[in-house]
Amino acid sequence: MLARDHNRSLKRTPLHALHTAQGARMVPFAGYEMPVQFAAGVLREHLHTRAAAGLFDVSHMGQIALRPKSGSLESAARALEQLLPQDVVALAPGRQRYAQFTNESGGIRDDLMVANFGDHLFLVVNAACKEADEAHLRERLSDVCVVEPLEGRALLALQGPKAEMVLAKFCADAPDMKFMDAGPRKVAGFDCFVSRSGYTGEDGFEISAPSDDAEQLAKLLLAEHDVMPIGLGARDSLRLEAGLCLHGHDIDGSTTPVEAALEWSIQKSRRAGGARAGGFLGAEIILSQLANGAERRRVGLKSEGRAPVREGAPLFADANSETRIGTVTSGGFGPSLNAPVAMGYQPTALANPGVQVFADVRGQRLPLRVVTTPFVPNTYKR
Amino acid sequence: MTTLFTSDHEWLRIEGDVATIGITDYAQSQLGDVVFVELPKVGRSLKKAEAAAVVESVKAASDVYAPISGEVIEVNDTLTSEPALVNSDAAGKAWFFKMKIADKSELGGLMDETAYKAHTA
Repeated sequence: MLARDHNRSLKRTPLHALHTAQGARMVPFAGYEMPVQFAAGVLREHLHTRAAAGLFDVSHMGQIALRPKSGSLESAARALEQLLPQDVVALAPGRQRYAQFTNESGGIRDDLMVANFGDHLFLVVNAACKEADEAHLRERLSDVCVVEPLEGRALLALQGPKAEMVLAKFCADAPDMKFMDAGPRKVAGFDCFVSRSGYTGEDGFEISAPSDDAEQLAKLLLAEHDVMPIGLGARDSLRLEAGLCLHGHDIDGSTTPVEAALEWSIQKSRRAGGARAGGFLGAEIILSQLANGAERRRVGLKSEGRAPVREGAPLFADANSETRIGTVTSGGFGPSLNAPVAMGYQPTALANPGVQVFADVRGQRLPLRVVTTPFVPNTYKR
Repeated sequence: MTTLFTSDHEWLRIEGDVATIGITDYAQSQLGDVVFVELPKVGRSLKKAEAAAVVESVKAASDVYAPISGEVIEVNDTLTSEPALVNSDAAGKAWFFKMKIADKSELGGLMDETAYKAHTA
């Protein structure tokens, strides 16, 4: 059914040996050999993260420092604002925000986190896009910034209601951090960058650590009773329940932030009438969609039955219609809801909660209901 | 009573002209936590290698193929309400469906337990 060969050309993260020792099932993902699950399995890993704490290896993601050549962070922030519709200039030192690199047609090249580290900006981008993102940053910003990929660092995510208590043992001021606080911190004596964020809908932290220290740090965290290693399988079901987009699936170069229902991430200062309105790639289209709406919209879809509705399933307005209205972009089983959940695009006129649509699954029309996301309420410490 | 296996990781228990079909313990361990099972309708006539049932884990959906031709005479409805039974007892209580064997000569192409163990080694 699912036999897979190990590909020797795949890259490995600094935690590879630890994963293997812990019985991970490794799979190719974005050019890396990554753990899809550990011995507990996706279901238990998912539920454990929501009940206690899960440790994820996300070292495949790209970490990039953007350093202003002038020494003034504002010049780097202004330069970066040409590539994304978010406000970077007003991002306070020690704060992080969610952003999207756009293209000329308003689509999403990649989504990312941007943090203000005082004298430079710190970016975390998707693994599959990181080379392209680095090239894009160099091409567009080299006059103003030095683009420095931080190759020698691992990235760990500690997520779940016990994450704060666990991390406090190794990083005394972790409990004082609020959602989206970010900056250099000592964790167990190692020189880390810590942010109070993640991609599970749970409270938690992302910890960037020097590659040479990553395994020792991961072992310290895993030795805590509440912490279990979590693979990419549960990472995907957790982010889906949290209603969060996966680039390459729910968002890509052909979907705009407005179509993707990510308007909340675009600050007033970059919108029409704002202090630095527009001025980013695709601004004309995105500002127009912010004012007038887009024709299609990403929605949360909840199945009324037990059958998961997965990525690629076509959507229809009724049980017999031949006219396809949209497509499911992420879907599966939500272990915390104990029910199938999905996301997809459909006409904005049909995007209101409560609207019923149908997905074609193996020749059967399954009823789905548009619902607000997140499917599982998030527990961020704001 | 004979138990035979397919290279797609299904097992068949042969009793007279009836075959009971399920997926192997190896298959369930590869799939991970099963959250949904779709079974064929009783009375459906299946051709060898036709998609007959679906088994879904949190991550993915997989087809279960008819290992031989024949008519579906009974399905295990318990799996619809308790899909996790596939993980806990794949070779026993979690059988999927029973078929009336159309052509016994098709059994000749299947593996016995020794051959299947070698296949998954």
